[in-house]
Amino acid sequence: MKAASHCRRHRHCATEEGESTCRPPSGDNRVTTPLLSISGLTKAYPGVVANDAVSFDIIEGEVHALLGENGAGKSTLVKMIYGLVKPDSGAMTLHGAPYTPPDPHAARKAGVAMVFQHFSLFEAMSVAENVALGMEEPPRLRDLATRIREVSETYGLPLDPGRIVGDLSAGERQRVEIIRCLLQEPRLLIMDEPTSVLTPQEVEILFQTLRKLSAEGVAILYISHKLEEIRSLCDQATILRQGRNVGTCLPRETSAREMAEMMVGSSFAAPERAPRAPGEVALEITGLSVASPSAFGTALKDIHLSVQAGEILGLGGVAGNGQDELLAALSGELPSDAEAIRLHGTAVGRFGPTARRGLGLLAAPEERLGHAAAPDMSLTENAFLTGAQRENLTARGFIRWGAARAFARAIIERFDVRTPGPDVAARALSGGNLQKFVIGREVLQRPRVLVVNQPTWGVDAAAAAAIRQALLDLAANGAAILCISQDLDELMEISDRFGALNEGRLSEIRPAQDLNVEEIGLMMGGAHGMEVAHV
Amino acid sequence: MDMGSISPELLLASLMVAATPILLAALGELVVERAGVLNLGVEGMMITGAICGFAVAVNSGSPAFGFVAAAGGGAVLALLFAALTQVALANQVASGLALTLFGLGLSSLLGQGYVGIKPPPVARLDIPLLGDIPFLGRVLFSHDLMVYFGLALVGLIWWMLKYSRAGLILRAVGENHDAAHALGYKVVRIRVAAILFGGACAGLGGAYISLIRVPQWTEGMTAGAGWIALALVVFASWKAGRVLLGAWLFGGVTVLQLNLQAAGFAIPVEYLSMSPYLITILVLVIMAGDKSRAPASLGRIFHASQ
Repeated sequence: MKAASHCRRHRHCATEEGESTCRPPSGDNRVTTPLLSISGLTKAYPGVVANDAVSFDIIEGEVHALLGENGAGKSTLVKMIYGLVKPDSGAMTLHGAPYTPPDPHAARKAGVAMVFQHFSLFEAMSVAENVALGMEEPPRLRDLATRIREVSETYGLPLDPGRIVGDLSAGERQRVEIIRCLLQEPRLLIMDEPTSVLTPQEVEILFQTLRKLSAEGVAILYISHKLEEIRSLCDQATILRQGRNVGTCLPRETSAREMAEMMVGSSFAAPERAPRAPGEVALEITGLSVASPSAFGTALKDIHLSVQAGEILGLGGVAGNGQDELLAALSGELPSDAEAIRLHGTAVGRFGPTARRGLGLLAAPEERLGHAAAPDMSLTENAFLTGAQRENLTARGFIRWGAARAFARAIIERFDVRTPGPDVAARALSGGNLQKFVIGREVLQRPRVLVVNQPTWGVDAAAAAAIRQALLDLAANGAAILCISQDLDELMEISDRFGALNEGRLSEIRPAQDLNVEEIGLMMGGAHGMEVAHV
Repeated sequence: MDMGSISPELLLASLMVAATPILLAALGELVVERAGVLNLGVEGMMITGAICGFAVAVNSGSPAFGFVAAAGGGAVLALLFAALTQVALANQVASGLALTLFGLGLSSLLGQGYVGIKPPPVARLDIPLLGDIPFLGRVLFSHDLMVYFGLALVGLIWWMLKYSRAGLILRAVGENHDAAHALGYKVVRIRVAAILFGGACAGLGGAYISLIRVPQWTEGMTAGAGWIALALVVFASWKAGRVLLGAWLFGGVTVLQLNLQAAGFAIPVEYLSMSPYLITILVLVIMAGDKSRAPASLGRIFHASQ
């Protein structure tokens, strides 16, 4: 394999003369002095070594990807660079001088800025106030508003400084974070999963902004799961696995599959799609409109869709465009007009979750801890909570503990949930394992219609493949599946038809096979007013 | 019944006095809640402040020392709450309730030797010229220093929360403590400071009752003023200006009902006594019908994990 030759194990890099083989090709006219040099960074938490002697360099003007599964230690590493976490041992140098930021204020003063994965924004405050909170010596709010306007227009990220952040879309919120960083003229910009909430068009514009910054000499440390994005954006990639630096590669010359296997440390099977014939309409939604129960939520507006037995309908869209509300309206948490939702012809819009479960409409919400599962209850109890009815886990009002435990064991076994046993609290499981459990719990109840929201969110590649395979198998056995997800690759992989939610409205639903990224992006709402950088 | 015996001038003047204790306590609690902490111990801190202030004022002969001691007493009790909730990560509701019960008990213990004693009198400010304006002079310009201190505090807190960097950071901590931590703000330190400020304000409010409004010491003399202050903060939508309005309303109805009782108004006394609570809550509920909402991290425990 040609590409494999560019993937070098880290040890080789260290032994070869200098590290030039790990750098971008020398034809590239970049300054090659390391901006930030990390050597031997180690951080241990009770029971887990988050980072084990991690070393690498970031060069000025370079876009450097940091790859790894969940729990590989990427977040801990960037938190150490940003001064949020103190390393146990190891050293960093910035511009050749020792760099040991005691807190984020010091990191920002040294020219390091960070865009967080889960936004570090304050919803009830204005854009300008949010920006001011992330700056060391902010100007007066009125002057700051002017500067926000200037910078946002320069980089094609229009933003009104007076608006309340809680009213902004996910993409706009990210602009707030990015502009907060840009206003400080950083030398190193850390971005933790920045594109997970953007449409493809927004991603393209973000990339142009980042390329522009990199041309100005700003180094960018870019964390993402999306390997194709990394291939198009990044000059260099460092791969972490279980806290160790297991190798570097040139993303442009390495295939996504190879990078994925370096992250996981082994190869894994991609889900296979068995041929299946859609049957009669199982779930039909006509004119569904419901208000959101939360203050900053999105109301659903006149949703029409139908899913046939044996079919997977994928619904994409940027987070916060009505996904949670749609799941709640289908699971029965949010009642609607009786006629708006029909399950095999029965109007169920007024039914609660238990009645809907009885009829075979099951749901697995996005939030694992607190919504899909009760964190402090055992897996047996959690299995009982949704399975009581369909799995006959009660007798005359009493819980049949034996049967409940057997059901929990069946889920653990069938879905390869790594846990000591069914009596462990849900909170104690890792995200991927708990996700396999909550999806498995619904799949094993033989649903006629299954609604899932973000089934593989924050789950490692192997577990994600297993969950997708389970959904495909379920559909092959004649269930109708509505899969809401922000992962477009996932939706393209498993769904037969595709639609997108945008501000509570559903786009036209089209066969998934003949869609391209451009069309999908437009269905998701396009660039939402973003423009290409003007400088 | 003799309605003519109620003088509007005196009524308004005593309204300012009646409103001051809950105003001070509510302002303190406002700052605490804006920082994301729910301290239900206001009543306990008030009564502790009342006895600390009373005892020190009697022994030193100086009401000024008394007020300083009251602020200190309230703050010390608040420090206990801060240690429980910010360091030991205890539940805020339970800790606050315990603080109230503890404060009530502690104050009666401390106050055993002080029942029936008169505290040194607090001088009224005699503002020349302004005090001589007919009607307004009597209503606005003939009070003790603490009344003006309370009013100044309203302005100061309003300005701080709206315009100052410190206020912005305080609100940020109350709004989303995880994000504030990620940006490098010291969440626990800021909250402890806010809790201490809240305790000092509650202590001042309590001492105002024992040194000026009543003035003497009896057990449980705050009589629920701390709870009213707590309710006031919520119904005032966490805004300093509305807290002042609510406090005046409560003070006004309290004074009015006392006057009506004295005038022999033909309504059972019990109805009159409950009227300030009812009317204040009613009016504030109506006022709270706008979009403003509680600080998003209010009452949530913060732990800097990783």
